[in-house]
Amino acid sequence: MSYQRFSALFPKKEMMGFIVLAIILAVVLPLSLDIFRLNLVGKYLTYAFVAVGLVLCWGYGGILSLGQGVFFGLGGYAMAMFLKLEASDPESTKIQSTPGIPDFMDWNQLTELPFFWEPFHSFGFTIAAIILLPCIFGYIVGVAMFKRRVGGVYFAIITQALAAILTILIIGQQGYTGGVNGMTDLRTLHGYDIRTDSAKYLFYFVCVFMLFVCLFVAQFIRKSKLGRLLVAMRDKEDRVRFSGYDVANFKIFVFCIGGVFAAIGGAMFTLQVGFMSPTLVGIVPSIEMVIFCAVGGRLSIIGAVYGALIVNAAKTSFSESFPELWLFAMGGLFIAVVMAFPNGLAGLYNTYAAPKVDAFFAKLFTKKPAVATTAPPPAITPSVSKPVVTKTETPVIPQGAIHE
Amino acid sequence: MSSNTDFVLAVEGLTVSFDGFKAVNDLTFYVDENEIRVIIGPNGAGKTTVLDLICGRTKATDGSIKFRNRELTKLREHEIVKAGVGRKFQNPSIYGDLTVFENLEISFPRGRSVFGALAFKRDEEVISKVHEVANMIFLGDQLDRQAELLSHGQKQWLEIGMLLMQDPDLLMLDEPVAGMSVGERQQTAELLRSIIKDRSVIVIEHDMQFVAQIADKVTVLHQGKILAEGSVDKVKNDPKVIEVYLGH
Repeated sequence: MSYQRFSALFPKKEMMGFIVLAIILAVVLPLSLDIFRLNLVGKYLTYAFVAVGLVLCWGYGGILSLGQGVFFGLGGYAMAMFLKLEASDPESTKIQSTPGIPDFMDWNQLTELPFFWEPFHSFGFTIAAIILLPCIFGYIVGVAMFKRRVGGVYFAIITQALAAILTILIIGQQGYTGGVNGMTDLRTLHGYDIRTDSAKYLFYFVCVFMLFVCLFVAQFIRKSKLGRLLVAMRDKEDRVRFSGYDVANFKIFVFCIGGVFAAIGGAMFTLQVGFMSPTLVGIVPSIEMVIFCAVGGRLSIIGAVYGALIVNAAKTSFSESFPELWLFAMGGLFIAVVMAFPNGLAGLYNTYAAPKVDAFFAKLFTKKPAVATTAPPPAITPSVSKPVVTKTETPVIPQGAIHE
Repeated sequence: MSSNTDFVLAVEGLTVSFDGFKAVNDLTFYVDENEIRVIIGPNGAGKTTVLDLICGRTKATDGSIKFRNRELTKLREHEIVKAGVGRKFQNPSIYGDLTVFENLEISFPRGRSVFGALAFKRDEEVISKVHEVANMIFLGDQLDRQAELLSHGQKQWLEIGMLLMQDPDLLMLDEPVAGMSVGERQQTAELLRSIIKDRSVIVIEHDMQFVAQIADKVTVLHQGKILAEGSVDKVKNDPKVIEVYLGH
């Protein structure tokens, strides 16, 4: 990639946002938290994948999906099936009436492995499934909805229904899926014990790495003409159609991408937390995922990561002390975001903090250019979108790279 | 099915019915190469519906629309655009969150598939075309401005500019000067005269002064049917037209 292409993809200000996030996730948190807390952060980060996908789908494309838990579940269950099969070798399941199959199948009087479980013996197939299953599923749903011009609230309700259907299906078919308990007692990945502290460190860093891969893909899409088309479609769908674009295809594409991100998050969840269950894929978690995205800022991919981290951290600490109050707090938070700061933390940062941070850096660079590297990172969400007009309340889309 | 013709656009027996109400009723008209056709008529005459039918937004109940002898009634909207038909909406339909440059760039006819759009590069050809069109529509110095912040008249021009990027063979404009000041109208009339070279244009307009400035031929619609057709002077003096439309 030439320097010119690179700087078009990552303008200086947005690059700062990526660097600060990378330092926080890869250096600051691992050095300051014990492994238990770091593992929790890793778990929160798996929701950041979903939130980043939602920024593209919802923030940019205007497609509100209330069923991202379905994709999270597809990825999580695919990974869990592989790990479960590895944990169910004939040696460790010899007390079952049918050794060599997962324990919950044995409890449900299954006597052989169902055919769709067979390919999950292969790790390669599992990785492929984590990417391809959400693509295929998203494509089918997308074709069925977008080609018929179903959108807006109707689409949101249908995705919500899908999340409910998947939960019911998983719970109802417990012989094949582990039912309401989910898939538990996952032990090793290719013989490597995933429950040890060193494995948790490893998976945390794999998770951060994968998150950045997704962030870069999202940034590439944002900066391409496709990103601008998504914004255009959100605004005036008919105009895009009558400019010669098949609008449905673009919606299907971004819905699939959001689904793949969520599935990768789901797979990382299974690896780090060690189980997968239907409570993680249903309606409530799906709506929570939208809240992470809204709090972070639905137009900011970096903001979405902070949103997922902060809301989840708040959820953990708040529900430790007031378990029954958390849902109300969460509801209140969502209302506050929608009513008071529709662009979330990223919007607040851009409006209030960004001018001061910019001024601070400008001063720093003009006075003493040598000490620039020791500057502390900004405390809240770094900017990824440069508002054109800071006074307006309406969502403002970052300008594309300035043409020559 | 109708036979082939030399016309750019041949509309024959076109009918559309909404729950039994025939908004356009057995309409037949032809548009010549490089002709400016203006459609006038009272409110509810079916003018906008005719444009909707041609560009595929509304599906015809009966009849045929042939563009360069290609049947349009069976095509989807974006396919009609690719065939060479461009349409401007009544209310300025632009992307408020994008800049003027980006608005124009999106209409550039390249990279219209999903992966084409991902791989789209803003090269010299695109940039020079955008600058050329922006200068034509009097927005050459506004390229980095957010489109939302343009005045109403400028938004109308921007949408016309987006169509020029598309470079259609048949351009359809729905009330292009509505809501414009006198000065802007004058500029728009000049703009339209300069862009009609090498293409046919269908314009819906109420402003008879403006119509007289630009029209080659006028079609008067009334209750979904053609009331009169011909030159501006002929139509202006038609007693039926005066009664239902101009007399008011």
